[in-house]
Amino acid sequence: MASVTIDKVQKSFGEQVVLHDIELQIADGEFVVFVGPSGCGKSTLLRLIAGLETNNAGSISIDGQIVDNIAPSKRGVSMVFQSYALYPHMTVFNNMAFGLKQAGTPRAEIKKRVSHAADVLGLTSLLKRSPRALSGGQRQRVAIGRAIVREPRVFLFDEPLSNLDAALRNQTRLEIMRLHQRLGTTMIYVTHDQIEAMTLADRIVVLKDGRIEQSGSPQTLYHEPANLFVASFIGSPTMNFFKLTDLPDLVNRHTQSLKENTIIGVRPEHLSVTPDSRKGVTGNLELTENLGEYTLAHLITEQGTHFTAKVGRNSSDASTDMTKSLSFTVDDNNVHWFDPDSGLRLR
Amino acid sequence: MNELQKKNLSNNLLTVTAWVCACLMFFPIFWMVLTSFKTELQAIAVPPKLVFKPTLENFFLIQERTSYTRYAWSSIVTSVGGTLLAMLIAIPAAYAMAFHPGRQTKGILLWMLSTKMLPAVGVLMPVYLICQKFGLLDTKIALVVIFALINLPIIMMMLFNYFREIPGEILEAARMDGATVGREVTQIVMPLSRGGIASTVLLSIVLLWNESFWSLNLTSSDAGTLVALVASFSSPEGLFWAKVSAVSTLACAPIVVLGWLTQKQLVQGLSFGAIK
Repeated sequence: MASVTIDKVQKSFGEQVVLHDIELQIADGEFVVFVGPSGCGKSTLLRLIAGLETNNAGSISIDGQIVDNIAPSKRGVSMVFQSYALYPHMTVFNNMAFGLKQAGTPRAEIKKRVSHAADVLGLTSLLKRSPRALSGGQRQRVAIGRAIVREPRVFLFDEPLSNLDAALRNQTRLEIMRLHQRLGTTMIYVTHDQIEAMTLADRIVVLKDGRIEQSGSPQTLYHEPANLFVASFIGSPTMNFFKLTDLPDLVNRHTQSLKENTIIGVRPEHLSVTPDSRKGVTGNLELTENLGEYTLAHLITEQGTHFTAKVGRNSSDASTDMTKSLSFTVDDNNVHWFDPDSGLRLR
Repeated sequence: MNELQKKNLSNNLLTVTAWVCACLMFFPIFWMVLTSFKTELQAIAVPPKLVFKPTLENFFLIQERTSYTRYAWSSIVTSVGGTLLAMLIAIPAAYAMAFHPGRQTKGILLWMLSTKMLPAVGVLMPVYLICQKFGLLDTKIALVVIFALINLPIIMMMLFNYFREIPGEILEAARMDGATVGREVTQIVMPLSRGGIASTVLLSIVLLWNESFWSLNLTSSDAGTLVALVASFSSPEGLFWAKVSAVSTLACAPIVVLGWLTQKQLVQGLSFGAIK
């Protein structure tokens, strides 16, 4: 178990700077998820910690020891790759044992550790198979097993679930959570899937264009997004952004002075249907998506702002007539105000 | 004629063309083998005889007059030796180029391959003189070294292409697992491209078995290969067709058998990893 410190780390490939002065402190035993759109530098940051890339400036330390010049295998980190990266010509046992063999671990110890990991992951009956004869989920478990047997100080996961189908993804996600609970090891996890990020993380680090946009607990990111980007990235469906003219009633109740183009953010789940069209926001229905538990209504205001609302979650909504136009009240406690120029959250 | 009939017709035409081409290519070989079982008189008979009483006389004569086995051994040693030596150099080189490419990697590969386009006779003099100076004329060592060098570009190119098909993440996983470069090559890269390596080795052996320029110019009786043996049958007294055919058949036979046994790998090798 170990803490990880990333101190003013910079990385560029040729002319292109992919990480700008990243500073991050990851506590011992913490589960941290790097999330962001593709090309934001999240995988590069993970690979820097793994030692598969070298930073151009700054330093990375694990447990207080600077590891910039230490080989990947000597850093005490294990990585699970997106493509699993199993050795196709070796059996499951040998896949898991490869790292230990390289380190010269005695044979009895290798056997003990591999069978223990196989036991934990339910792979015992598959040890003699080759990766080709395994399903996607099983391969992923072997990849995790390979990481476990080395008993690393830090686990690194690079989008480990993106090659699995939806059902298996949920199941494997739970397994990773269980693993973290059982081992208590520091884990760093990269994904572009915000649901994975929200469910797994103790702390989420949102990256964009090689910079950290916000770092905080899933709750913080959901309730207090630092800026427009984080607000739109976290939450599904994504947050609605209104102009002041869309919500005159709300703006009138607001006491502070506001810039003309201030943006109002309201999540789809914080809009409630009301028969009174004067109170909140009214929109013309464009289309609906019925998801069983609730219905997603896609609407457009008279000012031409598109927004989405979750309808039918509570009993009062149940009888909602999904006709041409719908009005919603806005929960004052769940309104986010953003500065139009900087995109930063005002309140 | 409707579309389907048209398609069938063109398919049939293609099949016929393929057969004609194949027969054209096979005919000389067929004629060579046939002639090797004729007497000298039958061999030059006009019109040529297709039905005759076969004789093994030519083959016995060759073994009597020369030492077929010695030449064959020389062919085996030089083609296999040259291939192995080239592989020894090419595997690490192709590994470096495939997995740690620099800005010039592509250029270097192309340049290496372009040396294959130069006429070998251009360097005959210096190579001959070097061999003479070091007392390597008519030795198998000289042929092994030269064979390795002339095949190196094509072996490099093939291995480079095969190695590049290995996903980089697998090698990164090995690096995370603490594998040294040597183990990365021997325990990951080589086992994963063993099919490609086999194709490359086979193709190289075939090419070197048939190599004639350097074998003829740098060897005579001591290190002569089967190619040299065949050439020695063109004597000043004229060609003895039946004997030339017999010795050519003997020279071709081993490599044809090898090719037949390994045709799957060979086709894969010749298509440069394009099909998998």
